[in-house]
Amino acid sequence: MDLAIKLIVFLPLVAAAIAGLFCRVIGDRPAQIVTCAGLLIAAALSVFVFVRIGFGPEDGKLIVVRLFSWFNSGTVDVAWSLRVDTLTAVMLIVVTGVSSMVHVYSIGYMAEDPSVPRFMAYLSLFTFFMLMLVTADNLVQLFFGWEGVGLASYLLIGFWYDKPSANAAAMKAFIVNRVGDFGFALGIFAVWMLTGSVTFNEIFAKAHDMSTMHFVFLGKEVPALECACLLLFVGAMGKSAQLGLHTWLPDAMEGPTPVSALIHAATMVTAGVFMVCRLSPLFELAPTASQVVTLVGAATAFFAATIGLTQFDIKRVVAYSTCSQLGYMFFAAGVGAYSAAMFHLMTHAFFKALLFLGSGSVIHCLHHEQDMRKMGGVKEKAPQTFILMWIGTLALAGIGIPMIFGHGIGFAGFHSKDAILEGAFAAHSTVGQIAYWLGIAGAFMTAFYSARLMFMTFYGKYRGDHHTWDHAHESPLVMLIPLYVLATGAVLAGFVAYPWFVGESWEHFWGHAIAVHATEHILHAMHQIPHWAGLLPLLMGVAGIALSYVYYVARPDLPAKTVAMFRPLHTFFYNKWYFDELYDAMFVQPALAIGRLFWKKGDGATIDGLGPDNVAARAQDVAGVLSRFQSGYLYQYAFMMLLGVAALVTYFVVMVR
Amino acid sequence: MSSWPILSLVTFLPLVGALFCLVVSGPKEAVDRNCRSAALITSLVTFAISLVLWARFDPTKASFQFEENLAWVPALKIGYHVGIDGISLFFVLLSTLLTPICILASWESIQVRVKEYMIAFLVLETFMVGMFCALDLALFYVFFEGVLIPMFLIIGVWGGKRRVYAAFKFFLYTLLGSVLMLLAIIAIYWQVGTTDLPTAMEKLQLPFQWQFWLWLAFFASFAVKVPMWPVHTWLPDAHVEAPTAGSVILAGVLLKMGGYGFIRFTVPLMPEATQYFAPLVFGLSCVAVIYTSLVALVQEDMKKLIAYSSVAHMGFVTIGIFVMNTQGVEGSIFQMLSHGIVSAALFLCVGVVYDRLHTREIAAYGGLVHRMPRYAFTFLFFTLASVGLPGLSGFIGEFLVLIGAFKANTWVAFLAATGLILGAAYALWLYRKIVFGELTKDTLKGMLDMNRREIAVFLPLVLITIWMGVYPNSFLDPIAPSVDKLIGDYNAAIKLAHTAALR
Repeated sequence: MDLAIKLIVFLPLVAAAIAGLFCRVIGDRPAQIVTCAGLLIAAALSVFVFVRIGFGPEDGKLIVVRLFSWFNSGTVDVAWSLRVDTLTAVMLIVVTGVSSMVHVYSIGYMAEDPSVPRFMAYLSLFTFFMLMLVTADNLVQLFFGWEGVGLASYLLIGFWYDKPSANAAAMKAFIVNRVGDFGFALGIFAVWMLTGSVTFNEIFAKAHDMSTMHFVFLGKEVPALECACLLLFVGAMGKSAQLGLHTWLPDAMEGPTPVSALIHAATMVTAGVFMVCRLSPLFELAPTASQVVTLVGAATAFFAATIGLTQFDIKRVVAYSTCSQLGYMFFAAGVGAYSAAMFHLMTHAFFKALLFLGSGSVIHCLHHEQDMRKMGGVKEKAPQTFILMWIGTLALAGIGIPMIFGHGIGFAGFHSKDAILEGAFAAHSTVGQIAYWLGIAGAFMTAFYSARLMFMTFYGKYRGDHHTWDHAHESPLVMLIPLYVLATGAVLAGFVAYPWFVGESWEHFWGHAIAVHATEHILHAMHQIPHWAGLLPLLMGVAGIALSYVYYVARPDLPAKTVAMFRPLHTFFYNKWYFDELYDAMFVQPALAIGRLFWKKGDGATIDGLGPDNVAARAQDVAGVLSRFQSGYLYQYAFMMLLGVAALVTYFVVMVR
Repeated sequence: MSSWPILSLVTFLPLVGALFCLVVSGPKEAVDRNCRSAALITSLVTFAISLVLWARFDPTKASFQFEENLAWVPALKIGYHVGIDGISLFFVLLSTLLTPICILASWESIQVRVKEYMIAFLVLETFMVGMFCALDLALFYVFFEGVLIPMFLIIGVWGGKRRVYAAFKFFLYTLLGSVLMLLAIIAIYWQVGTTDLPTAMEKLQLPFQWQFWLWLAFFASFAVKVPMWPVHTWLPDAHVEAPTAGSVILAGVLLKMGGYGFIRFTVPLMPEATQYFAPLVFGLSCVAVIYTSLVALVQEDMKKLIAYSSVAHMGFVTIGIFVMNTQGVEGSIFQMLSHGIVSAALFLCVGVVYDRLHTREIAAYGGLVHRMPRYAFTFLFFTLASVGLPGLSGFIGEFLVLIGAFKANTWVAFLAATGLILGAAYALWLYRKIVFGELTKDTLKGMLDMNRREIAVFLPLVLITIWMGVYPNSFLDPIAPSVDKLIGDYNAAIKLAHTAALR
């Protein structure tokens, strides 16, 4: 078991090193084989570990493999170690599963790229960091994985480094994430100061003590646990692109599409949700922080959906959808439905990766066209992609048949999104209600824009140029097989996994991996909500798709009319609520202006001007005056001598007397 | 073996190589070749011997090891007293490591006055090592000031266009501090009757009024070296004008003289004043981190940008020292070592392209990854180490300093941590402008990737950076006992002062 865990984590690193360092020696094909093999083995081992941990006996639900000590300084004691409990095991499945599929898919998608080994190496490197993140046994190793995936994301967004837009997007992703990491780091410091430890078990053991403590933060006395949780949550907001720190995610679509599927949909962006669930024993004791989590999540779920309605770039639509879905996960975690959050994280990974890779298949088919206005009728050319994309869309919209087989049967999102919304409703709190209704509105918009994507892309007449159309083709098998695998997940994951994640056997499945009290409370309450509250999400999904059909298939003149009617609102949504412009004016330009000011006026005029340059100038002045005396004229020297003699004589005459 | 003067050997061995260079004669080419080889071999042997120091070092002891104590000016009780503890051990190693790297990096780029250049570097090494080993205030002062002479020459003779301005600015800043420090040393001598440091640490108990002034005198000297804001403006100019290897030593070792001085002299000799002035240092350091990071954002010259980033990184060091807890002090020592490696490597990275294109202007580059993939990797690696990516050396120091600062004062930690964001911004911006983008400039199209010599220069630095990031305990373990003793003595002194005040 220990060996299996080590292999899962380190195989991708070894594969990345081989493909990355020896790429020019070994060539494209071996690099692909090495990395894909590494990931497929890791995925198979993950299934093994998942079964053993998730369904094993009570005493085997937590395994910590200590590798070696990382650093010690006084009471700071940090070790490299791999912690696997159910929470981690779920993430292992998600990460290695999606990653291995993306690796295989990339063989086809990146076939014509000149830097295949570099790409494969980056993908595997990312997977390694992500695995280090989910297996972390302490906050610092979590931070290691956290920054590491940020690095991989930076490298992959900027993979096509000739494009200035890709470079800018890569930098933006790293720097905005750093803002989140700033909060995360302060959170780690706070936790360490309060508990004297960064290791999870030791922190959790002291969670209750922390909840009664106070400490002085930035001059104010604050409740210790709430403050620490909020700081940590800032980190989660950055990585999971929540409202305020979300601006990097849409731009990250500059990266190759497999990257968007793996990093910016299925795995890395969910790290924030994972972090909140991992730290759920702290968050459940921090009600204010949890309320903030709920509100931020709900606001993001709504806000990102409004933007998704108006975008034309196929990948950006899916990106905003991801942002929105992450909001759902957060507000689930915020109301204490941690298991529902993880459930949606898992199902979302499958159907969102499917949607991204499907979009990639469309983009591949249309020779790197991403603008949906130049698409249409693609189902003729790519029938398999078409069906697979519908599966993803229905899963995202949460379509299913309620009230049969106990909890109904449907696509993955049907089960998980319902669980989240029911959880929010069942929380019986103001923030819970806000989250529920924003979530319902979001669910309607989600269904609308994802169906819009389908109709604009696959239905109607092709609107691009004919040369591209003539060469359009269905993707090769190496790209389709991963899609089928993910589609299987998008169909089955919700129904199959429901009992373990939020159904009757949740207690045995999760063990102590997530906060038990809050989960128990909310799962119990979920069964007692009114029927309509449970049915509303589905109705919204169906209505959204139906309205979308009217707008984009039945009456294609309607969108333009609607836009004309709500011009200001549309402009506001279309321009992404002007966040980029706002941040540029608030942070970027001032930082540069202040930098210039400090440089020229601060360092140049003030410090140098008064300091060394001034001293030098004064010295020169003095020297200049003195040098005038050294004129070389004899009569001047004689005159000076006389002056001196006169002064001396006067002195003696005056003083001696 | 302890009778063997191994520290003196490490200190003065480079002078043997310098002497060889001095006497070698013949046609210019042969002299150049011989001097290069002699300097490289001498510095490598010195490095090898310094590794013996590490191997023989007892990491459980807090006291000075490898001590040598000879009378130097017996009439004044000034001794040649050297020794190292956990704090100075790695600074010695850093100096002996970077010297051969500098010599190797200058192999082709220095073509005029090669002999004198090599002599300057070897003499510089002697002074650096001597300074980190010195346990006598007078001896320390000699080495501390001696370092400046070869450095002046390196900037002034082999430097760029405005080298005289840079050298003189450097001189002006240093002068004032040095004079004050000399006065302070004399004052201590009058108090204790000797310049021996361990004796002074034991016996010296200055009233607060004295500590106040002496602290300021030492501070004037060390703050310039660190450099702390606002006495940092000599650094960008000195770096810009210095030849590559000069920048490497400047950033790698000379900046550490200030931080080392604080730990070795200021804290143990003037504990009460240290506590009293800590808020001042925090303030200046936080300003340094934010101010110079913002200035770095708008630089147009590669070396200036890295120079300003050095000031910001050294801001962490001064914070760590003055929070006076284990994490802070260990973190700042580690940060100095890490910065010594990483910023040295970054200046070497600048040197690689400067040797080819002879300009440091950022706008002159772009798209180098197309022609120089190995260089792109190396530069990225050290850029990431510089922004403190976990797993590389920069992270450990910053993390420990900030965690220590958080315990002492959350404002300090908060303000300093903004450096994490700004640091990423300027470092990645620089990297993007130099390495990424399309290769459109004709001047860049003939650029060759790093050759074997250059790889040999960088490889050890890459490995050390990973080592320091993944298993920093190799370095932290020997440092710990000495730091514990430092903090223990400091706390005892503060406590004593308090009880005295209460009585």
